[in-house]
Amino acid sequence: MIVEIGHYALVLALVLALAGGTLPFWGALRGDNRLMAVASTTSVAQFLFVAVSFAALTYAYVVSDFSVQNVVENSHSLKPLLYKISGVWGNHEGSMLLWVLILVLFGALVAVFSENLPLKLKALVLAVQSWISAAFLFFILIASNPFLRLDPAPLQGHDLNPLLQDVGLAIHPPLLYLGYVGCSISFAFAIAALIDGRIDAAWARWVRPWTLTAWCFLTLGIAMGSYWAYYELGWGGWWFWDPVENASFMPWLAATALLHSAIVMEKREALKIWTILLAILTFSLSLLGTFLVRSGVLTSVHAFATDPTRGIFILCILCVFIGGAFSLFAARAGQLSQGGLFAPISREGALVLNNLLLTAACATVLVGTLYPLALEALTGEKISVGAPFFDMTFGPMMVPLLIAVPFGPLLAWKRGDIVAAGQRLLFAFGAAMAVVILGLALMGTPSALALFGVALAVWLMVGALSEIAFRIKLGRVSPAESWRRGAGLPRSAWGTMVAHFGVGVTVLGIVGSTAWNSETIVTLKPGEAVTIGSRTLTMDGFVPISGGTYTGTGVRFTVRQGGNVVATMEPEKRLYTVPNTPTTEAAINTFGFSQLYVSLGDISADGSTVVRVYWKTLIALIWLGALVMTAGGMLSLSDRRLRVGAPKPARRPVAVPAE
Amino acid sequence: MRRTMLAFGFLVAAWPAFAAVQPDEILKDPVLEARARALSAELRCLVCQSQSIDDSDATIARDLRVLVRERLQAGDSDAAVKAFLVDRYGEYVLLKPRLTWHTIVLWGAPPALLVVGGALAIGVFRRRRVATVTGLTADEEARVEALLAREE
Repeated sequence: MIVEIGHYALVLALVLALAGGTLPFWGALRGDNRLMAVASTTSVAQFLFVAVSFAALTYAYVVSDFSVQNVVENSHSLKPLLYKISGVWGNHEGSMLLWVLILVLFGALVAVFSENLPLKLKALVLAVQSWISAAFLFFILIASNPFLRLDPAPLQGHDLNPLLQDVGLAIHPPLLYLGYVGCSISFAFAIAALIDGRIDAAWARWVRPWTLTAWCFLTLGIAMGSYWAYYELGWGGWWFWDPVENASFMPWLAATALLHSAIVMEKREALKIWTILLAILTFSLSLLGTFLVRSGVLTSVHAFATDPTRGIFILCILCVFIGGAFSLFAARAGQLSQGGLFAPISREGALVLNNLLLTAACATVLVGTLYPLALEALTGEKISVGAPFFDMTFGPMMVPLLIAVPFGPLLAWKRGDIVAAGQRLLFAFGAAMAVVILGLALMGTPSALALFGVALAVWLMVGALSEIAFRIKLGRVSPAESWRRGAGLPRSAWGTMVAHFGVGVTVLGIVGSTAWNSETIVTLKPGEAVTIGSRTLTMDGFVPISGGTYTGTGVRFTVRQGGNVVATMEPEKRLYTVPNTPTTEAAINTFGFSQLYVSLGDISADGSTVVRVYWKTLIALIWLGALVMTAGGMLSLSDRRLRVGAPKPARRPVAVPAE
Repeated sequence: MRRTMLAFGFLVAAWPAFAAVQPDEILKDPVLEARARALSAELRCLVCQSQSIDDSDATIARDLRVLVRERLQAGDSDAAVKAFLVDRYGEYVLLKPRLTWHTIVLWGAPPALLVVGGALAIGVFRRRRVATVTGLTADEEARVEALLAREE
């Protein structure tokens, strides 16, 4: 019964989405305030109904209702509760439902928290949001329904995939989806602005917090996924340029560009058309990512062709929204008024450079990801585009961008003074040079690329600090005065500093773990030891382990440095019982920001075990940097001007009916 | 396993972690071994989703790793090893596609995008500056003259 309620709630949500997509839209065209006001109600109601639906599916998973096909295929009564719940979105149907849940959540948030939005803009934004949710609700009900029943019901579920029993997997998809789908808001705002034919600084101010929120979640989601791959994979890799990864990385690059161009639009009313285009592109890339991941087209063009229903459906949604958006853009963009003027050397100019490099990098990833698919579809020829290609093309584009980052915030709007900005960065430049000299002196002649990388990271970090130091006149006035100035700076300025600092931290982690990564692959017997760098790992012996759904063997290692025991590590080999799946759990120990990583290979009958030991210098900084970036984003999000919002229009909108 | 993950649709594919190179595969000569590792990172495990043979636990990846090492020991250059593998398995085996007519767009796109994007940005700057610098028309000059004259 509860499952039917969930199913029915989903149908009602579709009806509400159709109503919310048409009535306010019609109202906006006719200037009818009553029709426009419907938008908020339908948006909030959509959220409530989809939430009921999602709760119903979750309930079916929690109680292991095996009369539901989706539960049978993706759950098992022996699963721990947490993984029963995360199993809801651990499959195609459930994850689409989560996708829509987050979509309507954002719609409802706009409806509730945008009191100062002009009624017409709000109605249009929510109408566009409703179109998207209507399309996906329709898709779920027609092609991907998680509520289908089975009769007779089997006694047990099929799946207890050990890979999916991981805390990382429980949180990673919701975070990523919050980011992916959050981009729909800026898309809806862009479409609304195009329909309305009006766009100004206030628009950018309304869009910015939503973009920033989505960006924060996307950053967290990607970092989380990367860390999860790192500890789960067993050889210490953390980014693979896999199409699935690229699918989430492209919206991130576009959203990063959008964040920056929206600043220009907000402060200077320039780059209007470009910002609108970026907002459309960002969500289009999110949709493309959903299509790539959900349609199975990645596995093989032919696999897609054999069971194309879902893929074609998503492809149609993709074409309608992206095609429609671009047509509208082509028709209306010319009517948008040109904004403020600026010289090439200015804050705006720096942000244009940022956008140029980020979008070119994003396009490179797009071409690299889609090229094999296109080539196979057109000529039947199969090629691979993997990590070496992206390292060669994406990498060089990031270098000028990262060098330019510290300059940006130091340049004035309209017309900047690059020499003055350079002078303010002398300290950062000195710090970077000092690191190079120190590196040469301490390590002889390490690779030039590695030294350059570390210098770049230091340049980014010290450069970010220099900007704040300049703004609070550190050292030029009394510390108390500097403190007062610091407290008076808008939070967004601190956010910029923190986020840019975080970029430096991540770069340092990437360079460190790539350049000073050492590995040893040996066969050990209990009592034997292996040395990596200054540390020695002694294999003490085997430890039997067992969890609820698995049994296995752990191998205990004692890590010594200079004769002292500094850690014990216990990598495991597990055997999950249902289904019979072996897995390997690496042991990771963090020293400072560097990590010692031990994973097991085959264990022979005589006790000799293949052991892989990796030393990853500064690798923790990669994800720490992402956390710092997110913190910067949140700090910026808490800026007063975003909470207060833009000045209200003279004519106050009609009160929204209470929900 | 990899495919399960892909269908599952998350950021990265994870599969049980018994990665890659086995101790018995490692060559005695560290220079040759380093070359073998570098080459392996550019060769695709044919049955996996965008994994190199260096990271894959699949049987074919192991066979290819051993094959690469055999060729290197026989004195082949890196290019010769790649050519040998392409002959056997096709272009698909290379994670970094070679520059041919079929991949020219792939390799050309990144620099082309930068150049075109840069040119567009500069073009917009130029056009807009011209638009602002344009002074008064002859007619307007005359009217200004007239107004100034009236002031005096």
